[in-house]
Amino acid sequence: MNPATRRGFIGTAAAALAGVALAPGVRLIEFAAARAPAEPASAKLRWGLLIDTTKCAAGCNDCVKACNEENGLKSTGRPRTDAQWIRKIDLKEPKTGRQHSAPVMCQHCAHPPCVDVCPTGASFKRADGIVLVDRHTCIGCRYCVMACPYKARSFVHENLTDQKPDVPRGKGCVEGCTLCVHRIDRGQGTTACAEACAKAGHEAITFGDLNDPASAIARRLRELPNRALRADLRLDPGVRYAGV
Amino acid sequence: MATIVQRELSATAWRYYAPLAAIGALLAAGFAAFITMEVNGHHVTGMDNQIVWGLPHVFAVFLIVAASGALNVASVASVFGKLEYKPLAPLSGVVAIAVMAGGLAILAADLGRPDRLVVAMTHFNFKSIFALNMFLYSGFFAIVGVYLWFMMERRMQALSGAVGLAAFLWRLILTTGTGSIFGFLVAREAYDSALLGPSFVVYSFAYGTAVFLLVALAASRWDGRALDEAMTRRLGRLLALFTAAALYMTVVFHLTKLYVTRYHGIEAFILAEGGVHTLLFWAGQIGLGGVLPIAILYSRAGGSRTGVLAAAALVALGGLAQMYVTIIGAQAWPQPIFPGWQESSSFFDGEIHRYAPSLPEFFLGLGGVALAAALIAVAVKVLPLLPESCTASSSPQPTSPPARPR
Amino acid sequence: MRTAGLLVALLAALAAGWAFAAGRTAKPAVVIEKPGNCVEATEVMRRDHMKLLLHQRDRTTREGIRTRPHSLTGCIDCHASAKTGSVLGEQGFCQSCHAYAGVTLDCWECHTPKARAQTAGAAQ
Repeated sequence: MNPATRRGFIGTAAAALAGVALAPGVRLIEFAAARAPAEPASAKLRWGLLIDTTKCAAGCNDCVKACNEENGLKSTGRPRTDAQWIRKIDLKEPKTGRQHSAPVMCQHCAHPPCVDVCPTGASFKRADGIVLVDRHTCIGCRYCVMACPYKARSFVHENLTDQKPDVPRGKGCVEGCTLCVHRIDRGQGTTACAEACAKAGHEAITFGDLNDPASAIARRLRELPNRALRADLRLDPGVRYAGV
Repeated sequence: MATIVQRELSATAWRYYAPLAAIGALLAAGFAAFITMEVNGHHVTGMDNQIVWGLPHVFAVFLIVAASGALNVASVASVFGKLEYKPLAPLSGVVAIAVMAGGLAILAADLGRPDRLVVAMTHFNFKSIFALNMFLYSGFFAIVGVYLWFMMERRMQALSGAVGLAAFLWRLILTTGTGSIFGFLVAREAYDSALLGPSFVVYSFAYGTAVFLLVALAASRWDGRALDEAMTRRLGRLLALFTAAALYMTVVFHLTKLYVTRYHGIEAFILAEGGVHTLLFWAGQIGLGGVLPIAILYSRAGGSRTGVLAAAALVALGGLAQMYVTIIGAQAWPQPIFPGWQESSSFFDGEIHRYAPSLPEFFLGLGGVALAAALIAVAVKVLPLLPESCTASSSPQPTSPPARPR
Repeated sequence: MRTAGLLVALLAALAAGWAFAAGRTAKPAVVIEKPGNCVEATEVMRRDHMKLLLHQRDRTTREGIRTRPHSLTGCIDCHASAKTGSVLGEQGFCQSCHAYAGVTLDCWECHTPKARAQTAGAAQ
């Protein structure tokens, strides 16, 4: 069966049942914070990030280090083939010499080109907006790597061992930022990069539910001028950037 | 109308098995390359996270496009009613199938998870042009298989025209699909164009005729005789026409891209500043693969077998150069994530991506060519594919020598 | 000639049985480290564990349902060998049966066969 229709059905059914069971007027605070782990991901939520690049220092790598640690990404000494789920891009304006920097990862687009081109449907968008690779179905053709405008995906070029139990990854499949889906599903409330950035006091990365107008990220999106990267492509990413 | 007689290859023993053994050695090398890549992972190749499709894909896409075009000779006979091509039609069908198999084998062997081919054949995302192409490729084998059967079986020959038309239309869609694999991608500035589908169709006419000519000339020589001179000249003229059309598509593509200011960077890279890519474009695709073969074919040498052979070989080499520029040149140019800014990062953003093909990739590509050659070698020995004479209807007198005793 | 062929075939078939009976074929070592019951009955697990895993993996990957009883990390946490901390290896729970049955395991290309350091088997 088409996973999209199955997801749509389950999402709608779960939402309808929840609405009927609760008294009218009660706010569904549970949905935004953490859904019950036994429930499937719901289209009522849309997870996203807001990155305030004015708070990104040039040499700072805290988000990258946290992501690598969380997901078990190790250097093999071959940087050209090593997977990078997030990286800091250093920017320089050619005429003025003005410098800036921003972390770039999978943008979790609403209309992901990687999902469109995947021949087996392994690259897919979950109901709550997170774009993932189902490594059970991925054949490693790398078409999604060709198709991504943000260079978000990496191909695993060697045998891997000692993966993190919550982050299975292996040779021959393609991977990218998962928005720490294993943390989100268990109700840990935020991604490793956002958590590390906050812990270090920079507060550049905000994670949250874009569909909830009362969430911190939604409030900041209304306050800060922000944009999507390559907005001309009309992919409607879940990651927004302020200050660049 | 004279009856067309086709028969099997007459080479026996050493004369047959020695070339077959050489092809087999290449095939074994390709297999060894596949095992190396499968066991160790792709880090043993020159491909990385910047250039994910490398030399194997250059070979594979060239073979796939050429395979589709190799069917041309049969189509010209069945669909366009040029009966003088009919003697070579079955060989054309076999070459199409064999070369397509070689190209697809390279693609399958290069997958990160080739053990998941069954998954690829049972899970389809129909929005993906890649998935649609898989249907087109399997359908191609089926339709050309039926076409061959109808052509070679006396009782079915009346129906071969209808299947020939179906095969012709199918291969047009298939090749448009192959070009669209690239054309549909907005992420790469060298792609993102509706012209790529039709361009690949026109390229397939040229490369397919070139590859078919190389096979037909080689097979006849292997059989101890020479391909009919009038036929060679005719095919040479066709090759010149198709090569000119391919040049036209290339020119229009680049002129359009040049007109769009935002593509000036990628065009400057491909056409002027791209090092090996610029060299392969001008010297390979345009020069050796376009201008020179046309010049040869329209000169006096174009009437001789040697001239046509040289032109065909040049067009094929030019095709490989074109695929290199199209596939690898496009990946060498970085994705513009922050247009207007200079980017640099640990993930090689904002810089030209280097690529050095490795031996496993080269042998994998050659292995696919060897597979196609092996299939053709076995087919011409087992099936009656080589025409006794090519003068089926229109030519005044036969020019090929009489049949050799078996 | 035909009877000779039949005799050879019969001997070959019997030889497999002799080898097994003679103890030269390694039998699977099913070492249950943790006391208590599995999430399903043993007969159900023996027959259908692959079906349960296949079904659960889509629920987890595509829908994000990560609860037990059928989560893979749950199985590993419980069944990992006390000595090696893994379900692969000499007496590995998954490995020994699969080696005996000759069924290749694809899971461990991506999934770690090692149990989590603590909270193995504890309810979450």
